[in-house]
Formats: sequence, C-alpha cells, structure tokens
Amino acid sequence: MPVSIAPDVLPTEAATKLDVQPLPVEQLKEMYRIMFLIRRVEESLLEAAEAGKIGGAMHTAIGMEANAVGASSALRPEDYVTCTYRGHHHALARGMDPGQAIAEVMGRATGFAKGKGGSMHFVDVAHGLMGANGIVAAQTPHAAGLALAAQLRGEERVAVTFFGDGALFQGVMHEVFNMAALWKLPLIFYMENNRYSEMTPIWRTSSVEDLYLFPRAYGIESMQIDGNDVEVVHTAVTLAAERARAGEGPTFIEALTYRLAGHMAGDLETYRTEEEKERQRQHEPLAVLQAKLLERGALQEELAAIREEVEAQVQEAVAFAEGSPWPDIAQAYTDVFRL
Amino acid sequence: MAAAVKTTEKAPVAAEAMRRTTYIQAINEALREEMRRDPNVFLLGEDIAHYGGLFRVTRNLLDEFGPKRVIDTPISEQGFVGMALGAAAAGMRPVVELMYMDFTLVTADQIFNQIAKYHYMTGGQIHLPLVIRGQQGGGKRYGAQHSQSVEALYAHFPGIRVVVPATPYDAKGLLKAAIRDDNPVVFLEHKMLYFTSGQAPPPDVDYTLPIGLAQVKRTGQDLTLVTYSYCLHQALEAAEELAERFGIQVEVVDLRTVNPLDTDTIWESVAKTGRLLVVHESYAMCGVGAEIVARAYEEAPHLLRAPARRLGTAPVSIPVSRPLEEEVLPWKRDIMAAVLEMMGVR
Repeated sequence: MPVSIAPDVLPTEAATKLDVQPLPVEQLKEMYRIMFLIRRVEESLLEAAEAGKIGGAMHTAIGMEANAVGASSALRPEDYVTCTYRGHHHALARGMDPGQAIAEVMGRATGFAKGKGGSMHFVDVAHGLMGANGIVAAQTPHAAGLALAAQLRGEERVAVTFFGDGALFQGVMHEVFNMAALWKLPLIFYMENNRYSEMTPIWRTSSVEDLYLFPRAYGIESMQIDGNDVEVVHTAVTLAAERARAGEGPTFIEALTYRLAGHMAGDLETYRTEEEKERQRQHEPLAVLQAKLLERGALQEELAAIREEVEAQVQEAVAFAEGSPWPDIAQAYTDVFRL
Repeated sequence: MAAAVKTTEKAPVAAEAMRRTTYIQAINEALREEMRRDPNVFLLGEDIAHYGGLFRVTRNLLDEFGPKRVIDTPISEQGFVGMALGAAAAGMRPVVELMYMDFTLVTADQIFNQIAKYHYMTGGQIHLPLVIRGQQGGGKRYGAQHSQSVEALYAHFPGIRVVVPATPYDAKGLLKAAIRDDNPVVFLEHKMLYFTSGQAPPPDVDYTLPIGLAQVKRTGQDLTLVTYSYCLHQALEAAEELAERFGIQVEVVDLRTVNPLDTDTIWESVAKTGRLLVVHESYAMCGVGAEIVARAYEEAPHLLRAPARRLGTAPVSIPVSRPLEEEVLPWKRDIMAAVLEMMGVR
C-alpha cells in the first residue's frame, strides 16, 4: 500500500478511485490552454528572477497546474478561493490577467495590488480569489469565514482553501477542521501534497503516513486523488462542491502532485535526486493531459497552435509588465486604512 | 472644584434625558442596537451566546438574534479571529470577543500579520469592517496571563484602530462607531470598569462618537495628565486629592483612542500647563506614554516647562497577591507621587 508522504509515490497511485466522467474534448483543450499559460508564465517569472528583475521570495507551482485548473473549472464564478504563497496557478486559473500578475510580481504600478502585494499575496476579488497568504495555513480560517458568510446569508456559494502538505501541521488548520465540521460550512479543503514542506520531505515531519486520514478524526469526508489529472481533480471538486451546496459540510481532498521546480526561485534542491524528479516528470499534468487529448482525437497541430497562441500571450504579458512604470511614491502611504 | 468637561461632540439628548447605566450595559446596548440596525453584524466568541459572556457583556443577545448571529466558538482564537477576517472580506461585520485581551498573543498572526495588513497588501481590493473586543487590565487578581494591557501592541502595527473607552457614554458611542467603521478596530474594555456607571442616553437613542478624538475630562492649569481606560478614574481621584491637599490643578485628558492619536488635544492642554504626564496600565517600555512623550519633544518641545514623564505598570509580570498587584499597578498613589515630584512638592 503506497503512502502519500513518500516522495516517489506517483499521483496515479492515490487511494481514492473516483468515477471520472470524461469531459468534452473542447473543454479539455481549454484546460490545456490555461495549464500551459500557467506553466509559461511561471517559467518566464523564473527567468526574470534569474535575471535579477524580481526581488524577494517567489514560489512556483510548476508541475502542479492541474490542481488549480481542474478545481477552478468545477467552481462557479462567485465561489471564493484562498490559497498559499504558491498561488500564481490559482489566480491564473480563476481568470487573473497574466500581464497584471507578472507586473505585480515585478512591483509595477499596473500590478493587481499596485505592486504592494507581490508574488506571495495574489488577490483578485473580481474572480473570487480572496487572497494568497505568506503564512502557512493562515488562509484556511479566512476561507472558513467566507464560507460562514455565505451560510449566514443563505447563499449557494462555496469556499475552497488550497494549502500544501506542510500546512497540516499548523495548529490553526485543526481549529478550522473542527469548526468547519461542527458548523457544516460550505468549505472545501484542498491539499496539494507535493511531498515537500518547503525544503524538507514531508515524511521527515509527519507522524501519519497517509495525510488524508487526518481530518477524518474531525468527521470530515476525505479522499486522496491524482492531482495531476485535471479530470480527476474536476470530478473531486465537483463532488465536494455539491456536498457543500447541499449543506452537507466540508470535504477534504488530498491531491497527490509533485513540485518540479524548487521551493522558491534560487532553491538549491539538495534534498532530492534527479532520478526522483525524472520519475515524477513522466506524470506531470501537461503530459498527462496531452496524452489524453491525443487519445481522444485532438490533433498535434491543434495543441501546437494553442501553445503558440499562449506563447505570444505570455511574451506580450512580460513586455507589458517590464514596460510598466514603477508605482507613484505616494502609493506607499495609501491603503493603510480605508478612508 | 467642579470638574468641567470640554465637550467637542454634540450631545445626542438633553442632559435631563440622560440616565445612569453601567459600562457593561452600555456595551451590551451598543451591540444590540447595531445588530438590529444592520443584519451583517454578528458576534463570535467563547461562551458569548448561551452563557452570555464570561462577564455577561453579551447576555440575552442570543434570545433576540439567534445562534446564527451570536455564535459560541470552540477555544480556537486563531481560527475564529481568522474566520472574522474571511467573513469581513465577504462584507459581513463580525464583532469578535476575546475573553481576555491577553489572548491577543494566541492569535497574534491573524491580527497583526493578516487583519492589520490585508487592506494594504491587497492594494485596497479588500477592506475589513470588523471589531475585536474584550476586557483587559489588572485589579482583580487574575495574575500574569489574564491582567495585561495590550493597547501598545495593537498601536504598534499600522492598519488597526485602537479604542480605549473609560465611561459608559464613551464605550457605547465608540463601539457603535467601531462597528460602522470600514476598518479593523480593536475595542479594549477594562475589567475594573465593567460595573462602574455613568450618564448615557437612553437605549435606542442612536449616537456615535468619532474615533480618534480625545476629551478633557477635568480642567486644570498646572499639569496635563494624559490617560485612558481605567486609569482615567484613578487619575481623576488623584486629581481631586491633589487639588484638596496641595492646591495643584491637574488637567486630565482622556485619550479614548490610542490609534489614531489625538495629539492636537494634548498639545492644546500642554500649551496651557507646560507639564505632561502620561499614565497607563500597560508597561512604560515602548508604550503609549513613550510615544506621546517622544512626540512632545519632537513636535512641541517649546510647550514643555519641565521634563515630560510617563507612568506605567512596573516592568514585572502582574502578580496575583493583592498587595503585590497593588504595588505594581500605576494607580492613584503612584499618580499622586509622580505629579508631586513633577510639581516639585516633597
């Protein structure tokens, strides 16, 4: 029996087998487009960081894109999302403009937060992204509060909080498990288990071998799925959202995935081998989806055309960001209080 | 001498229409009236619904508003303070009770890293109309972890308004204003004030007080004593005795709000007296008094005829034993000693 804390366990070995209905090919192509967009935006950001154009800590989700895109496609536009500082993929999947995203990471005036938030604090209220967070697990009670607001108002909205395997060991996570279960909040706990809690493999820090068992102690339904298969993710989040909207309370999804890039730009990655990465790379989400699309009749040329289109879009977004002005100095003093 | 009050606010009702009420009752009424006025207002906290709050501040609110708007939480301060952030981001107006404000330290990440920063780091996309309220302070022998005063902590971080009312009238008007404010407000009550009483308009006379306005609670020409919360009452008593026994007339300025800090009212008073003493129950080290005294030397040194001073709780954890607690808290005896020293009276 594989255990989810092992770095070499493949996403396909996840314990819960869902009844996955195939999505229409056109929808899968759109998912492919967004996943490739996320991949290329993040690769461009890493290049920019390498070139010294980005300061501070920047964390990419390269290899984890299916989690964001599969989840987002199963949600309604009015649903709420909170996530961790590894959150570019969630923002782009929800619909954030790539130019605004890159400009924000570069600290430019045209960024979504005028350059005040940066890579770790992605936010896009118009698309329901209510904040990425720099403190591990701190965003989970925020999603619970958004879910509580929806419940108090009798709305059908759900909230999803994305977090990593490392977040399970923050105390606040358990406070939220308890309250979400107690009050049957319309909340989805979505854990992207990329096997590493920053630079330390999660098996070194977890007392439990299969992480999705944790929330069961709180009476929360939980499953362990292949987070690199966008259809599986879509199915899981659809089920969880239906439960939430029906007043049946929270669901915990452990999605097995794998972070192909470092914890952050500049990570030396001394904690894992090339062999391990290579083995996981065979199951990375874009490759999985591409194989699926070709098998279902999509043409290589169609996918190449999508990639070409995205490539142009990303180049344009980077140029937009790099060509954007720095914020007016007066912006340093605004937004402390709402006046 | 009769203590005159400088009233900068327009009184909501004529003096003869006022009635006597307690500090607890004033807060309870403010919550009730705001909950009636705005369906987005709801309460979260430990023991607040069925029990009515450890200090009975939220008593009977469950009966009127039901369990969806008066929510008993588990003992999970980080969790429910973080939930208040989420609910406020969705446009609700949560009022969170911390049973003891000392528990600020338990939920510090959610308050200082999250709530204080959210509006700024989202570039103004999200604002948080929420209130964190609860009682603090010494005097009841609750010991080191249940007697602290935390206003300086809150005031240190940009992004949170800090309110420290000393009377039922101020508590009610300021709490209603806090609930209507679009920003996070921490509302610090004091356990020694709960059963004190004062004049306030009758229930359902709607009034708010501006957050950020100090008030002269006693006039005098010899020394400006800036204080707030329970220390205000200790200061007023000290001032009466100083007047009777030594003929010293102390002007007592009640800050009412620590952030924003109303230095205009302070300087106006110091311009008259030339002497400044700040008294509070939090520690003097890096405290509100340190801030005001520093600003006096930076912004208004020409007003000072003698060195400005501050007085806080002695730099020790607060002990349980009655004589020990009385020793370390900066109350009437210490206030009188400080004033006499500043006035050169031995």
